[in-house]
Amino acid sequence: MADYQSLDIRRRSASTDSSPDVRGAIEVAKLIDVSKCIGCKACQAACMEWNDLRSPIGDNIGVYTNPQDLDPNTWTLMRFTEYENPDGNLEWLIRKDGCMHCSDPGCLKACPSPGAIVQYQNGIVDFISENCIGCTYCVKGCPFNIPRISSVDRKAYKCTLCVDRVSVGQAPACAKSCPTQAIVFGTKADMIAHADERIIDLKTRGFTNAGLYDPPGVGGTHVMYVLHHADSPQLYANLPKDPKISTLVAIWKGGLKVAGLGLMAAAAVGSFFHYVAKGPDEVDDHDEMAAERMKEESDRS
Amino acid sequence: MTNTWMDIKSADVIVIMGGNAAEAHPCGFKWVTEAKAHNNAKLVVVDPRFTRSAALADYYCPIRQGTDIAFLSGVINYLLQNDKLQHEYVKAFTNATFLLKDDYTYSEGLFSGYDEEKRDYDKSSWDYQFGPDGFAMVDPTMQDPRCVFQVLKAHVAQYTPEFVERITGSPKDKFLKVCEYMASTSTPDRSMTSMYALGWTHHSSGAQNIRTMAIIQLLLGNIGTRGGGMNALRGHSNIQGLTDLGLLSNTMPGYLSLPTEKDIDYKTYISKKLFKPQRPGQTSYWQNYGKFFVSLQMAFFGKAATAENNYAYDYLPKLDVIQYDLIRAIELMNQDKMTGYICQGFNPLMSAPDKNKTHAGLSKLKFLVVMDPLQTETARFWENHGEFNDSDPKAIQTEVFELPTTCFAEDEGSLTNSTRWLQWHTPAQDPPYEAKSDIDIMSAIYLRLKALYEKEGGAFPDALLNLTWPYQVAHSPTPDEIAKEVNGYVVDNVPDPTDPTKMLLTAGKQLDTFAQLRDDGTTASGCWIYSGSYTEAGNMMARRSTSDPGEAGIAPKWAWAWPVNRRILYNRASADVKGKAWSEKKKLIEWNGKAWVGFDVPDYGPNVPPQKSVGPFILTEEGVGRIFTKALMRDGPLPVHYEPFESPRINLNSPKIQGNPAGRIFKDDLAKLGKAKDFPYAATTYRLTEHFHFWTKHAKINSALQPQQFVEISEQLAQEKGVVGGDWVRVWSSRGQIKAKAVVTKRIKPLICDGSPVHVVGIPIHWGFMGVAHKGFAANTLGPAVGDANTDTPEFKAFLVNLERITDAPSDAATV
Amino acid sequence: MTRDVPHTTSDGGLTYVSRYTTVQRINHWVTAALFTMLTLSGLSLFHPSLFFLTGLFGGGPSTRAIHPWFGVVLFLSFLMLFFRFWSLNLPNRDDIEWSKRIGDVVSNRHDRLPELGKYNAGQKIVFWGQSILITCMFLSGLVIWDQYFGTYTSIEPKRVALLIHSLAALCAILIIFVHVYAGIWIKGTGRAMMRGNVTGGWAYRHHRKWLRKEAAAHGIASEAEIYAAHHPAPATKAEPPAK
Repeated sequence: MADYQSLDIRRRSASTDSSPDVRGAIEVAKLIDVSKCIGCKACQAACMEWNDLRSPIGDNIGVYTNPQDLDPNTWTLMRFTEYENPDGNLEWLIRKDGCMHCSDPGCLKACPSPGAIVQYQNGIVDFISENCIGCTYCVKGCPFNIPRISSVDRKAYKCTLCVDRVSVGQAPACAKSCPTQAIVFGTKADMIAHADERIIDLKTRGFTNAGLYDPPGVGGTHVMYVLHHADSPQLYANLPKDPKISTLVAIWKGGLKVAGLGLMAAAAVGSFFHYVAKGPDEVDDHDEMAAERMKEESDRS
Repeated sequence: MTNTWMDIKSADVIVIMGGNAAEAHPCGFKWVTEAKAHNNAKLVVVDPRFTRSAALADYYCPIRQGTDIAFLSGVINYLLQNDKLQHEYVKAFTNATFLLKDDYTYSEGLFSGYDEEKRDYDKSSWDYQFGPDGFAMVDPTMQDPRCVFQVLKAHVAQYTPEFVERITGSPKDKFLKVCEYMASTSTPDRSMTSMYALGWTHHSSGAQNIRTMAIIQLLLGNIGTRGGGMNALRGHSNIQGLTDLGLLSNTMPGYLSLPTEKDIDYKTYISKKLFKPQRPGQTSYWQNYGKFFVSLQMAFFGKAATAENNYAYDYLPKLDVIQYDLIRAIELMNQDKMTGYICQGFNPLMSAPDKNKTHAGLSKLKFLVVMDPLQTETARFWENHGEFNDSDPKAIQTEVFELPTTCFAEDEGSLTNSTRWLQWHTPAQDPPYEAKSDIDIMSAIYLRLKALYEKEGGAFPDALLNLTWPYQVAHSPTPDEIAKEVNGYVVDNVPDPTDPTKMLLTAGKQLDTFAQLRDDGTTASGCWIYSGSYTEAGNMMARRSTSDPGEAGIAPKWAWAWPVNRRILYNRASADVKGKAWSEKKKLIEWNGKAWVGFDVPDYGPNVPPQKSVGPFILTEEGVGRIFTKALMRDGPLPVHYEPFESPRINLNSPKIQGNPAGRIFKDDLAKLGKAKDFPYAATTYRLTEHFHFWTKHAKINSALQPQQFVEISEQLAQEKGVVGGDWVRVWSSRGQIKAKAVVTKRIKPLICDGSPVHVVGIPIHWGFMGVAHKGFAANTLGPAVGDANTDTPEFKAFLVNLERITDAPSDAATV
Repeated sequence: MTRDVPHTTSDGGLTYVSRYTTVQRINHWVTAALFTMLTLSGLSLFHPSLFFLTGLFGGGPSTRAIHPWFGVVLFLSFLMLFFRFWSLNLPNRDDIEWSKRIGDVVSNRHDRLPELGKYNAGQKIVFWGQSILITCMFLSGLVIWDQYFGTYTSIEPKRVALLIHSLAALCAILIIFVHVYAGIWIKGTGRAMMRGNVTGGWAYRHHRKWLRKEAAAHGIASEAEIYAAHHPAPATKAEPPAK
């Protein structure tokens, strides 16, 4: 696994440090082939095992998706959708939800705490919990609705892509445990090549719109899907068709951030020079005497 | 499995019917996705529900539960009508050419020889015609109306696609599409694998479900070939080991049968096991039965087994009934005829049909011993858990002993998987608290019993007192010691007959293969088919080489497979009559002029030339695969569609015979069967991937993944009943009721059978009143205690229920 | 802040006009203090270069936790201010005239400005601006106060709220900046909020209409009168203040 074990940091939240670029970095990716997924939830179990998490024992609300949503202890979740295609045939679309590890991560962009979110050179986006202040900005920054805040410690949690495993040459726990190899892990280039092979197979089986989900709106992702219906990712439990960092967030954490400081600085500088140029607005004796006269008049009355 | 999990990657068509591999065997299912990804395989799923397997299928066809034989007989009819057979294979490797006795008949649901009183057959007419030479007569042209081929043709003729649709509810066009997929493998270069499990066995005609598919596979030439076979996916990691080692009440290790009352002495017993070849020159390997049996007795009793006492034959118990299966045991408890019960790794309160009957039976016991790593419902059957187990402890006198055992990850030994691989494993951690291994517990019980018998005597303590117990530490034999004993060893030196200065077998040495077993007391083997698993070269089961020459899916040095490390059974049939592989792509073994060579261990005499016309099915007396099974099955030599004992439909195939006429049912249970007018819905029980049986509800992770009991119904039935997903519903049969959440799904649809809909109610089994998941009801409260005609396996997969929406959650409060 | 040096009048004393009561001044300074802390804590999470400011509040997590509570108190405090002053801040014609002459305002050319009441248009903008912005921040702050209100809205409204919150904060800070600078630039202003009164001269110069009104209604106190009012002498020893 050579270079993709490197934990050199490419980007760090709320920081302007430059990244080390001497070592050649290889980007990694997890490829989730939805067409091979049987929804067994081994990935969910493995995720809990490896990360020492225990999802809550909830209720059945009439669906197979359990727990019902991602939570601070559930970093990955199988979402089940029953879809009747135009031919009238049923398709049971099962998607493993979790952090997509965007190349342009909205969470990292939004995060105000230096080093609470980092992106390694290999593309993994990781939350460094000790630096997390619990502001939930990452939740707003994420185009995929992934981070969840713990009510216990008010910190944000999500899939780490098992960075602790990857850094010692192991595949993420979910990929390791996937019995059908619907989840595979390797360099992003290899995963794209693997996906191409799968897409050709799916097309021969009548899925003419089969394709790879690697959305350019977030610069591509380090978790990708092979979808039978790549033209309608929304079918898979509302996987966004063209995800990108919300314009609102982009304004807030982009232009506004700079403009705001600029305006404040301009106000300070402007005031200073105004003072220097025009001087203070002082009350002079004439004013005081005028007031004195007024007092005397009022005293008389 | 005749083949292996890995071998599925070579299949061209994969049929999952009578099982749900993705759900219940997700790890093995990887070979299905592999076959699809790299062998362009097509996956066909036939199931009452659109299952997790169906989610990945190229083609899905619905079917009403319990009608598989009608469906598959329709497939046979299609293959015969459309001439989609592998002709050379059928002619040379099956008994299609064999002529049947004239008095064998079938009509209106019954075969010749039926005795309604006994619900059993006189099977003497179910046999071949034998010629003056003593061999079965054949017609190689297969034109004789009495030949198996022609009899089969007539037998399935009525299962037209239209008729199949009326019975099964499988739309004709979908049924025909499945036929086409299957028929596409009749060419020698294509193969189909049949993956099935409890969806076929949990029926009153369970064994015949499997038989019907086996006939299809023989007609298509898919047995013994790469990517073919009849592949039973076993329900527990070591359930194959259970049957191999004879843990069923009527068998002994290595599929030797326990003597019955009629086998009054060894001579009588063994005379039935001679298995004379029924065609010239055939191997009929069971002729060696005596060697296996005597070696087993030597392993049991050592020096106490002698030629003089017929190798301690009289020490063995003799069966007075066909078998003491689970349903019978519970029936006997209820009749006060069984008063003590030892439950080892078993949870019958949850696992047996008709929970209320099981509860009543357990309540009548004097004592119950439960050996289990977990707190099972059976061990706590007496406790009140509100509606979930409405028990009155004061009324129950059963004394319960719980003996905590190690879990699989806490002990050493081998597990035998579906593929017949014996895989050795080492403990991952120490057992908690006072838990002991099953070996230690059983040894302690044995040693105490022995001491008691030695002190106090008994009517016939000989078997117990003379049991050989050669372990270094008597109360704690090691897994290695036992594995070596099971493999077998030489008891006494056997000189080489050609050179008396040499030894053929040297006393004390481990055996290499069962071919070395002898019936003169010089060899011992605890399970002849496991011979070769632990030789002088060491523990073969612990091998872990993944090398796989030719990527044939054999991996011969990974663990060890019985028999003799053979991975694909009947692999001689992978080559044609002349010994050449049917197709280069599917090559397994071939005749090279001197020997059979290839990737796998030949299932054949290694140097027997093909010209000798020895059949590839060397275990059978005929040497060929049996389309017609003679008298080997209790309910008929050919499969027939009968309705489940509880069915929403009358049997269109034979209106006079509704259920399997040889299916086993006790009187009380018969009286309790429900009628379709009261219980209109066709129920079936099954597992979910997230759980394993009744174990994993004790684990937080699994419980989080599926926290609460539910039943699955169609949107149509939900609408009729005013149910929406997440509502509570009550489901009841004539035997009891459960309450669960409703999952309303498009994956279950009403099946149109003979013009009107049959609604399916799906009932996952995993919940109970112990563990960390939400408490739930025993799903098996609902099903009837009906046994398959051949195996007495309960009919868990097809019975009748009613259903309604309820507003209140079940109460957990004790109601004492 | 430059300390005001009162000018002596012809008879050696100064005149004073009462501008804010003690309660009003406390109310103002509580609000100002909270605004300052909200600004510091808010800015620390607004721009990475200001994150160090979280150190003032015990680090990131405590800054995040305390900021909304400051906000709640500020909002209540500001509400009180609002009800005290809203009627005085209603705009009038003079505000238009004053606004038109903003160039003269910044050039200290009071001779060219109209006479004003208690507040000029700039001060009114501060008042109404803060009223609107603080309400905006309070409401948007509730939406993004995840600990207590996280479940009431989905993410998109929260994103809108965040943007509104930070935009409003930016505007509010700029307004307060001007407000504070005005206090520095216009000498004699500080004592209004520190001591409650201004010199007559200050009032004359900046809020002459108000001064006239005050003079007519309540009269204007001299320094000695104010001293006497604050230090009541024992009756026997007291000398009458010089006139």
